[in-house]
Amino acid sequence: MIWVIARREFVAMFQAPLAWVILAVIQIILGWMFLVNLDRFFQLQPQLMQLENTPGVTDIVVTPLMQLAAIILLMVMPLLTMRSIADEKRNGSLTLLISAPLGMTEIVLGKFLGLMLFVLVLVSMLMLMPLSLYLGTSPDGGKLLSIYLGMLLLLGAFSAIGLYLSSLTENQTIAAVGSFGILLMLWIVDWLSASVDSGQSLLAYLSLLQHHQSLLEGVFDSSDIAYYLLLITGFLGLTIRQLDRERLL
Amino acid sequence: MTEALVQVENLSRYYQNHRAINHLSFTLNAGEVLGFLGPNGAGKSTTMQVISGNLAPSEGEVSIAGHDIIEAPREAKRQIGYLPEHPPLYRDASVDEYLRYCARLHRIARPQVSAAVDRVKAQCGLQENGRRLIGNLSKGYQQRVGIAQAIIHNPPVVILDEPTVGLDPIQIREIRELIRALGSEHSVILSTHILSEVQTTCDRVQIIRAGELIYNASTESLNQGHEVSVRIALRKTVAAEALTAIDGVDHAETLGDGRFRLFFAADASPDSLVISAVEQQWGLYELIPEQQSLEDLFIELTQHEEIAAK
Repeated sequence: MIWVIARREFVAMFQAPLAWVILAVIQIILGWMFLVNLDRFFQLQPQLMQLENTPGVTDIVVTPLMQLAAIILLMVMPLLTMRSIADEKRNGSLTLLISAPLGMTEIVLGKFLGLMLFVLVLVSMLMLMPLSLYLGTSPDGGKLLSIYLGMLLLLGAFSAIGLYLSSLTENQTIAAVGSFGILLMLWIVDWLSASVDSGQSLLAYLSLLQHHQSLLEGVFDSSDIAYYLLLITGFLGLTIRQLDRERLL
Repeated sequence: MTEALVQVENLSRYYQNHRAINHLSFTLNAGEVLGFLGPNGAGKSTTMQVISGNLAPSEGEVSIAGHDIIEAPREAKRQIGYLPEHPPLYRDASVDEYLRYCARLHRIARPQVSAAVDRVKAQCGLQENGRRLIGNLSKGYQQRVGIAQAIIHNPPVVILDEPTVGLDPIQIREIRELIRALGSEHSVILSTHILSEVQTTCDRVQIIRAGELIYNASTESLNQGHEVSVRIALRKTVAAEALTAIDGVDHAETLGDGRFRLFFAADASPDSLVISAVEQQWGLYELIPEQQSLEDLFIELTQHEEIAAK
């Protein structure tokens, strides 16, 4: 059942031009940045040769590329998630799902899984660029895997937050602005922590960036994974609760 | 003994402090087409939404084929096909795609999906439109897709909320025929504020006003058992007393211009009137039987109480 909804969600995204445009724009910009980073690597290469314990091609080319990708997607994901539930509400087609013999959990998980399928396509396409490095050099496979996982978890968290905001309103724009606000807040929440002592570690723990950074550097810390999984389950739970509550209003 | 498929007991529903339904109780029997009638804002749509599980009741119980809509929502929803006021369509999907999706949502096993889609397309006259995008279909065809969606899993109960709103007269007639055809296989609850629709398609009619049930009877009994009245026009000037003298006429009402309305006793027939008219050469040139229509009843019931309330 979850799969039926997920597939419909995935197909619907590609029936509208938005998904194609987003994929194309991201691919072009990041392709260009990949080239820029690669160029920098060639310039740095002679100096790196003389150092011991040097950063490899993965650190110099792929990690900054994915940092940039994360920032761009922070702005783009709300556009993808905004229509998910808000549009169905406005359209009246949410009734179709609620009248079918399904639980709210199945509906929300189906929606989320549909978004994750799109994320999988998106991240896999981005990862083709680092993988192309295998043609000329030998990047760190373990790090690439960690980066891939990091991107999936980060975008999973973006999707869950976006889905929740989309369930709060009938208006897509409000959903997009709202989820963009929350994502950005979670991004910059630790910027204060240098000067404010109290709650420093808490704010740092809340930051989306901190956890993503360690995965990008190839550090696989289970607390980072737990952070993302908690964030995803939390917001999916809130979405289910919100939709259930609406039947009572 | 007919089995009650839908049982609504003491149902109330509040929107904040506004009471949309007030202690409503009724049942829908198997194989029955029930017309749900009421002025705008009477609580028709709210009732339908509660029965279909889209809104939670504030008070009272709804059970469908013995399954409570709150305690066993999945089993209950499996028994229902629901067409809301605005058909829940995906404009950018084709009719086939959409119906296949609905079939899967209603847990029709994958191998049976195509057969189910073909069946409802034939029932709703959509055979030619399978590959067209729903957004490009006319309103009437979109409505048909909405109905097809409601019956794809062959539910015992079909709930249609104002299915003919916004259609042209030919489409309305087609949809009504479709609903009548549905009545032979499913139990149908039909909400509308079009009175002739109820008279032509329903077995039973319920009128609600301000969330309360104020009338409940079979449409058959509505068509009979009331006073029979006839409107006549005469060329000659005749006194009303002469008319009341005729056998079977209860009383006459003068409408002016040689026109009268005659009220007959319940089972009398107006032939005595015709005989006297011919014998005395009144120049009878118009004879129109008048039935107390649903419309009169509706207006009487809904207006009367409004006046009483003031």
